[in-house]
Amino acid sequence: MKITQISIFLENRKGRLYDVCSLLGANQVNIRALTIAETESFGVLRIVVDKSDLAIKLLRDNHFVANFTDVVAIEVPDKPGGLASILKVFSDNDVNIEYMYGFVEKFTDKALLVMRFEDADFAQQILAKHNIRVVAEKDIEGL
Amino acid sequence: MIWRQDVECAAPADLKALQSEYLRKLIPYIYHNCPVYRQKLDAAKATPDKIKSIDDIKRLPFTTKEDMRDNYPFGLFCVGQDRINEIHVSSGTTGNPTLVGYTKDDLKLWGDVMARVLGCAGAVPGDTIQIAYGYGLFTGGLGFHYGALEMGLRIIPTSSGQTARQLKLMKDFNSKIIACTPSYVLYMAEEAKELGVDPAQGNWKIGIFGAEPWSEAMRREIEGIWNMLATDVYGLSEIIGPGVAQECHHKDGLHIFSDVFYPEVIDPKTGQEVPEGEDGELTITTLTKQGIPLLRYGTRDIVSIRYDKCRCGRTSPRISKIKGRTDDMIVVRGINVFPSQIEHVLVGIEGTQPHYQIIVDRQAHKLDEVEVLVEVEQRFFSDEIKRLNEIRDQIRREIENVLSIGVKVTLVEPKTIERSMGKSKRIIDKRAL
Ligand SMILES: [Zn+2]
Repeated sequence: MKITQISIFLENRKGRLYDVCSLLGANQVNIRALTIAETESFGVLRIVVDKSDLAIKLLRDNHFVANFTDVVAIEVPDKPGGLASILKVFSDNDVNIEYMYGFVEKFTDKALLVMRFEDADFAQQILAKHNIRVVAEKDIEGL
Repeated sequence: MIWRQDVECAAPADLKALQSEYLRKLIPYIYHNCPVYRQKLDAAKATPDKIKSIDDIKRLPFTTKEDMRDNYPFGLFCVGQDRINEIHVSSGTTGNPTLVGYTKDDLKLWGDVMARVLGCAGAVPGDTIQIAYGYGLFTGGLGFHYGALEMGLRIIPTSSGQTARQLKLMKDFNSKIIACTPSYVLYMAEEAKELGVDPAQGNWKIGIFGAEPWSEAMRREIEGIWNMLATDVYGLSEIIGPGVAQECHHKDGLHIFSDVFYPEVIDPKTGQEVPEGEDGELTITTLTKQGIPLLRYGTRDIVSIRYDKCRCGRTSPRISKIKGRTDDMIVVRGINVFPSQIEHVLVGIEGTQPHYQIIVDRQAHKLDEVEVLVEVEQRFFSDEIKRLNEIRDQIRREIENVLSIGVKVTLVEPKTIERSMGKSKRIIDKRAL
């Protein structure tokens, strides 16, 4: 089951991350997970929020370039080797991960990781086959 | 030295008689050999019988860069291609480049006016010149080469680049004259210092700099660092290449070789000549060229002109340094850069034109740098850095292909490029000229 990530183009300028966070915060949008990928001149902010449709509208209305990206949120046993066991499944099955990052807060005894796959559908088949639990959109909204 | 005493120091009345004689021959020649011009002359009622003296030049139609482009490649030629001995092309706005073709006599003329340039700068036969303008389709390198051959100089044809070798050849062959762009000679000074060479102890005593705008402050800097006389040369490939005008050692305006390149300074709004000393567009008629003679060609360069005799003895009129451009073309490292070229590339890649801005700057290391800011748009945005870098690199490569100079491309957020009247300001020239 895929969930929606919002990707936002940001220049490496002071205060731009704050601008995004305060815009969403002021409109009661909660950021559940967040990561920034940077180059020397620009970065891409990737977030998972509880109200994606509202968030993207707010961002675009405020002249941010923002897109939806399909990602998968995976439950990872919060113990030594927990992540490794899942990565092994991907590696064995030639599933390519573009990038991944963690959720801000835990809501079970498991850690939650956002993963962006080269081929999300194929990744989901593999996840299902190996009984790795993924989190649904409605779970995120209810966090 | 004054290479052509007879014309460079001619009494004004004699000069005028010569110009009139040339123009009386030129108009029938063009009229009978170039259908495009024949039509223009007919339309302007400036048929050969009407042109009796140089004063009648006002009856002639103007020629623009667009005329050259529209009639690419051979429409403005007055001779068959079998009589063309050399061609050069320079970058145009979009699509067609500007093509110039020289007959054997045109090449002789080029050698002659370039010898005048060299003499005006202070060269005498036997001197050694290092030509560090690019050799090739750009007219800089070969123009200087022909002039130096004509005068009988010893030529070191280094072309541009390879700075360490330039410095070694300067020393090993004791070259007295350096010809290159002004930014390149400053760049070489930096390199020299890094190599432990004191530029002030260098051999170059005369510099002939052009192909890009430069200021009096830059002149002082060059003269101070290199301990040389730095002079300004003017030209454009449509007219001949370098060799249209040159400063003498008084550095008080550029002597324009008006016996062959007849200058008028025109108000672009009215099409009328401005009073002496006032600014306008330099407009040139090539009085003796055969391949592609041009009538009242608008150079788009803003200058003023004066006709008084110079302390050096020359009577040829003097134009000021270029004070601006009538369009927004910029010259970077000798290359003409038009915003439309960059638009073309962006539209090709993105389908429509994103907002963009060209920033030209000259940093401490002295070579002009071009940065193109491109506003990221929804349709080519990706969550993957890899993909964004690919787009940026593709834009960079394609712009570099079109302009033939290195550029930096930076992706910026929407609405960050300054707009005036809804249009983005396309060029920011930060060079301290
Ligand atoms: Zn003079």
